[in-house]
Amino acid sequence: MFDITALELSKAIKNKKYSVTEVTEAYIEKIRGNNNKYNTFITISADRALRQAEAVQKRIDSGENISALAGVPVSLKDNISTLDIETTCASKMLKGYVPVYNATAADRLEQAGMIVLGKMNMDEFAMGGSSETGALGTVKNPWDINRVAGGSSGGSAAGVAAGEIPLSLGSDTGGSIRQPCSFCSVTGIKPTYGAVSRYGLIAYASSLDQIGPIGKNADDCAALLSVISGKDGMDGTCTLEKPFDFKSETQTQKGIRIGIPRNYFNKELDDDVGNAVINAAKELEKTGAELEEFDMPLMDYAVEAYYIIACAEASSNLSRYDGIKYGYRSQKAQTLPEVYRFSRSEGFGLEVKRRIMLGSFVLSSGYYDAFYKKALHARSLIKNAYDSLFGRYDIILSPVAPTTAYKIGENISDPLKMYMGDIYTVSVNLAGLPAISLPCGFDRNKMPVGFQLIGAAFSENTLINAARIYQLNTEWHKNKFNTKQVYKKCGNR
Amino acid sequence: MWEPVIGLEIHAELSTSTKIFCGCSTEFGAEPNTLVCPVCSGMPGVLPRLNEAVAVYAVRLGLLLNCSINPNSVFDRKNYIYPDLPKSYQISQLYTPVCTDGKLEITSGGKTKIITIREIHIEEDAGKLIHDPLSGNTLMDFNRCGIPLVEIVTNPDFETAGEVAEFLENLKEILMYADICDCKMQEGSIRADINLSIRQKGGELGVRTEMKNLNSFKAIGRAVESETKRQTEIIESGGKITQETRRWDDNKQKSFSMRSKENANDYRYFPEPDMQPLIISDDMINGIKNTLPELGTQKRERYEKDWHIAKNDAEIITSHKNIATVFEELSEKSGSPSESANLITGEIMRLMNTHSIRPENLKVNCDKLSYLIKLEHSGKINGNSYKKTVAAVFKDNVEPDDYIMKHGLLMNSDNDAVSRAVKKVLSDNSVAADDYRNGKEKAFGFLMGAVMKELRGSGNPEIIRKSLTEILSNGDGRI
Repeated sequence: MFDITALELSKAIKNKKYSVTEVTEAYIEKIRGNNNKYNTFITISADRALRQAEAVQKRIDSGENISALAGVPVSLKDNISTLDIETTCASKMLKGYVPVYNATAADRLEQAGMIVLGKMNMDEFAMGGSSETGALGTVKNPWDINRVAGGSSGGSAAGVAAGEIPLSLGSDTGGSIRQPCSFCSVTGIKPTYGAVSRYGLIAYASSLDQIGPIGKNADDCAALLSVISGKDGMDGTCTLEKPFDFKSETQTQKGIRIGIPRNYFNKELDDDVGNAVINAAKELEKTGAELEEFDMPLMDYAVEAYYIIACAEASSNLSRYDGIKYGYRSQKAQTLPEVYRFSRSEGFGLEVKRRIMLGSFVLSSGYYDAFYKKALHARSLIKNAYDSLFGRYDIILSPVAPTTAYKIGENISDPLKMYMGDIYTVSVNLAGLPAISLPCGFDRNKMPVGFQLIGAAFSENTLINAARIYQLNTEWHKNKFNTKQVYKKCGNR
Repeated sequence: MWEPVIGLEIHAELSTSTKIFCGCSTEFGAEPNTLVCPVCSGMPGVLPRLNEAVAVYAVRLGLLLNCSINPNSVFDRKNYIYPDLPKSYQISQLYTPVCTDGKLEITSGGKTKIITIREIHIEEDAGKLIHDPLSGNTLMDFNRCGIPLVEIVTNPDFETAGEVAEFLENLKEILMYADICDCKMQEGSIRADINLSIRQKGGELGVRTEMKNLNSFKAIGRAVESETKRQTEIIESGGKITQETRRWDDNKQKSFSMRSKENANDYRYFPEPDMQPLIISDDMINGIKNTLPELGTQKRERYEKDWHIAKNDAEIITSHKNIATVFEELSEKSGSPSESANLITGEIMRLMNTHSIRPENLKVNCDKLSYLIKLEHSGKINGNSYKKTVAAVFKDNVEPDDYIMKHGLLMNSDNDAVSRAVKKVLSDNSVAADDYRNGKEKAFGFLMGAVMKELRGSGNPEIIRKSLTEILSNGDGRI
């Protein structure tokens, strides 16, 4: 059951090959058997999952057609609120915090009959690109445990890669789904801003955050995205009227125009990564797509604008953690200002504090116009640039990250280098666009490479169709880190 | 000669039934922390969603204050950390408020004057901290978190405390008549801050101070006088005014410095990313325009012109919307505005006074009261019985007919019964009868009262008068 996709697993359950409880127990055993080798799970909600499994089995037995993913185990990044399950954002600040409500996305998983197995490790408050900044330690890459899994949804991507969970929800603010997927050789979707309700997602940067699926292939991810997407009365910024319904079975890319940003392939980009991405483009060309190179405008502004806006919003979003109502409170504090100062100094990690300081600074009187306002301006220029590009192309194809997974500890003390690792992903969030990240090869160290397909707002269908066709014709996504088996089609590099 | 230049910032709680960003009730006085949910208590991950009624109320006020309505206004976050603010930011409007450039006319000291309004913006209220002196603890009540507010900001157009008071009275009347705010200062549903500086008449504007904690209109007047005097004394003794926020202590009739400009918070305002801009269409504006309520001034005019109510009475009736509403219902049901006005300005006001009932809590059964007006008018009961029954309806909501029957209040127009009562009174009060015959007119009134008393108050005064005159002049009264 670990080798089949989530959709196949749900079918097998429907056909009585496995019971939901059997599947749930097998996955719990697998997670426990790994004994935290990859440090993927923060919380395993086994008892709750088994109760849920029984209830879902009853619904299936009574003949209810729940969903295409009924009975399938799923996990959530630990910044998505889950009723009665501790939700920490991998921060000392929220240790012991148990939400009194479910995020809308979490609710919808349960409505679809999926079994929530637990909460995944991440960078603290989703701030980081390597899942090294969390208070609960670094997530390890199953392909090489000396290397990072990427971040911030590193636990979700590594968990899927390690076969501990067939599907997981991550969140993507500047690449946090796509980059760990690329590092761990799994598939993930960053949906259009407004496609999935953010209600219950503990905010890092509200205007950029989006919850999205991580799984073994595009079809599984599409099925999970259908479950969680669509309007929600609790989120005024969630504008997608109806949940996605991905039915297209087209086998051809005929007439699809793909743009490739020439200037992304510069000296900062690792050669192996560049080659693998170009090969992926050629593969899509074989199935009928038309390729064209162009220069991506404003490339130099994206990372700067992103960090100003994201940190500004974060400084405000994280100010509610004051040591008063829930979460960490310093024992040293005697006065109200000390409760604030000590609790926040001790409760937050270094990277979070760095971003709060940066964000407070760019919003301060006298600096607002010089930084924040300019960043907003850059953001609208980037958005306009994408708008005009999508007049010419259906899809933009690009690398996800300049490198494959690096060694744990290698970059953590060089924040600027880390931030520059987001160069290919952040502009997508600034423009609120959808993108899918999928495996396309390996580098000289046998570490996975991914590429991304970016589309116009709410063009998820186009992206998923292209990804599905790509995965029908390639086997990269089927490679397993522990079998060392390299599928035939990988040879066409 | 120094003169003050004054501007006002008024916070008014909107009378919506639910909070600004969630479905929690806005009821006042509930048990602490019972009207809260994840959204208004700022739990991690929650998002605001605007209560549409809030926009409608704000636009209604904007129209009544002759403002331009912004078709596309944006919410901003005002960041500051304090235990009564669970998100550590307040959602407000800084850069593009919903209404701008309004005006309101006032009449003060016999002069009419236009006060211009800079803006009206929408924001959320914070919770309440309660300091328990016994335990030394500070307790938090989040029930008030997320109550919708509008802040009305005037330009510095006021020159006297009288103008400020007149403006606030006019504004309060508009807020109440348009059902925007109940204006209960004692519950904090309307609060005003004063910005004040002084200058030589017609000269350059001086440095201003902001005065907070003004809990009544009277306190506002006193604070204006006090601050004008304080600033004048400083300047005349060669000192300089510091730009600062001051706190008024109405018991000490003095203000105290809270914080200076140097220590002012940097609120790091920025556009609220969790909310879409507030779009107000022409259709919405027209819809609100077409359903604007009649204000106090308009009612007074109509009462005087159409219903011939005395100016004084019209003012009493419109002093509170609730009273005007009762008056209009009574007038309609009784068919007699003038008798309704008499009832309200007379008996009803007296009864409210006796029973310490505030106008906002006035509740009467207009069906029963209008029925009594008709009974009295048609001579079925006399003035005494009318007042008695009105009081019983007011206090205990009795059934008028039952009450009248039970207490024998139906007007006694039975000639025989009256003449029997007259004869008894004259025989019991022969001295008074003689006094009258000897030309003491006053004695007649006494005898009238005695007969009425004999008839347990229900006698028809005309028949008593007739019978008494007749019997006295016939000499039959002497026994």
